[in-house]
Amino acid sequence: MSKVLARKPAGPVFNLVDADGTADPQLLPPLTERQYIEMYRWMKISREFDRRAVMMQRKGQLGTYPSLEGQEAAQIGSAFALRKEDMMFPTYRENGAAMVHGLPIRQILHYWNGRADHFVKPEGVNVFPVAVPIATQVLHAVGYAMADKFKRQNRATLVYFGDGATSKGDFHEGMNFAGVFRVPVVLFCQNNQYAISVPYHRQTASETIAEKADAYGVESIRVDGNDVLAVYQATKNAVYKAYLGEGPTLIEAVTYRYNSHTTADDHTRYRSSTEVEKWRTGRDPILRFRRFLERQGLWNENQENLLAHEIQTLLDEEIKQMKQCGPSNPLHMFEYSYQDLPLKVEEQRNEFIARRKGGGIECRK
Amino acid sequence: MQEMTMIQAINNALRNALESDPGVLIFGEDVGHNGGVFRATDGLQQQFGEERVFDTPLAESGIVGTAIGMAVNGLKPIAEIQFMGFIYSAFEQIISHAARIRTRSQGSYTVPMVIRAPYGAGIRAPELHSDSSEAFFVHQPGLKVVVPSNPYDAKGLLLAAIEDPDPVLFLEPMKLYRAFKEPVPTEKYTVPLGKAKVMKEGTDISIFSWGAMLPAVRQAVQKAEQEMHIQAQIIDLRTLSPLDEETIIASVQKTGRAVVVHEAPKTAGVGSEIIAIINDKALFHLEAPVARIAGYDVPPPLFQLEDLYIPDADTIRAGIERTMKY
Repeated sequence: MSKVLARKPAGPVFNLVDADGTADPQLLPPLTERQYIEMYRWMKISREFDRRAVMMQRKGQLGTYPSLEGQEAAQIGSAFALRKEDMMFPTYRENGAAMVHGLPIRQILHYWNGRADHFVKPEGVNVFPVAVPIATQVLHAVGYAMADKFKRQNRATLVYFGDGATSKGDFHEGMNFAGVFRVPVVLFCQNNQYAISVPYHRQTASETIAEKADAYGVESIRVDGNDVLAVYQATKNAVYKAYLGEGPTLIEAVTYRYNSHTTADDHTRYRSSTEVEKWRTGRDPILRFRRFLERQGLWNENQENLLAHEIQTLLDEEIKQMKQCGPSNPLHMFEYSYQDLPLKVEEQRNEFIARRKGGGIECRK
Repeated sequence: MQEMTMIQAINNALRNALESDPGVLIFGEDVGHNGGVFRATDGLQQQFGEERVFDTPLAESGIVGTAIGMAVNGLKPIAEIQFMGFIYSAFEQIISHAARIRTRSQGSYTVPMVIRAPYGAGIRAPELHSDSSEAFFVHQPGLKVVVPSNPYDAKGLLLAAIEDPDPVLFLEPMKLYRAFKEPVPTEKYTVPLGKAKVMKEGTDISIFSWGAMLPAVRQAVQKAEQEMHIQAQIIDLRTLSPLDEETIIASVQKTGRAVVVHEAPKTAGVGSEIIAIINDKALFHLEAPVARIAGYDVPPPLFQLEDLYIPDADTIRAGIERTMKY
């Protein structure tokens, strides 16, 4: 680094709960005991869902699946800070955040089971459908929030993306628009250290993601992404700022993906088990929050066992329902490309039906 | 000679290229340490170092745009786009620049680069990974578009693409990456771009296709030949831009009937262009309208339905029958 043009040092990481569960009571967010426990419950559901999903993929019951394990605090803490009417733009990894914001678990399962027809947004659930290209949703979220501002809707939009997404033009264009138009949007980066195999230091020469906001006139905060309460508080502040018409915020949640990028990837090729273990054992978000709850006298072994049982039952039922749903209706392929089916597509649909008659594939309408 | 899958043949071609030309560089997302998500570049960084085989930030426009800069400055970049469905953010760099710099500079600058991208449906990948959007690129003058259908051609065509003075989009059918093995020379050789291959001689009908559709075409032809006592000529186009018009016309002049098979949506697909060529230059040899067997005009669906989207051997056979009985 040049001594003449020295780089500004990175700011501190916002943190409320330490690894052993200790916290300064003066700094804690004003949450009820019930809310604390609800947060913990969703973190546990997310992890168990994720583990089941990986297992189901291995058995061929789901397609390629992107694991979220390790990122529960970043997802649950941020989603918890939203009101139901706030909009969420998730990526394919935000299964936990989407559940908290109201997307039924079964629908998430259906999507990974390769059926788009059951991934229809239920009324009143403000979760946008996931798309796989990287960073493209940043612009959609900024535009969505611009429309809210235009319509004088007093609500916030939160958009998730990863560290890799910050390399793409769409991220920078989204940040720029958000800054210029003072858009009520929260840009939430889960910096999980890897974009498939490429580590953070190869993705950007910036010390932090948060500092990228400076160039666009956007405020930012770097938060411990494994501390659910810090994530919650940082997001809550950013969301309130959006409600007040005070513009966008970039949040960088520093976290870690325990597993491979997806079930089609093998992370042992590009990182050591020691590195993974260091995060798993030393900084696990669920363990940290449990220690916190225990220190607050809100949690014990018995409650833990009851919760584990409840989650088991819940997921067993969701998975059973998913399996009972049977194969996807082939005609759905033709239904949603246009509102009114063009003649040529209608012909193709009719040919398809004619060809499939007696072919053993039921065409349920 | 060594028995190789298509992915091994591609890896071998890249190794040959790096060995023989110090100006060849390979870069993209996960191509370095990880060896590519399909292992196309496996072991190349270890052998040739991080200067020549390297991971880039996650940025398709960045990858293609910088490859253009390297190519105009005398290197031979080979850029990988991880899946063709992610190429759209690099579309401007490909269409507005890679394909036009030769024209814009009246030949002062050229862009001898290759963009490799796995493509096509059939491997249960998530949304958008399965697109077959070759037609977007075939429409653009100044760009060559190549699709191999077997390991031998994959290696020879890729080496020819690397040597080519113009930008080449090299589309690799994912479904064929590990579908079968065949003997492939380990030394360098090329298969010329712009030349179709007659995979099977025949006198009654011409079947034009490319990439991942060829195994289904062969199955369909086998069945149709038995049932209808005909001899079909199968032509693997291999290069979609420029198309080998001579081979297309000669074949139709011989057989009088034709079927075009592709996985991409039917409307304005490359099949339409092939039919236009036949209409222009071999209309009076036709005994029947040319049939188009293609994907539906809908985005490739998620994996539960993707096999129903891709034309199969039965659909192709039915197309052959319709054309024969016209």
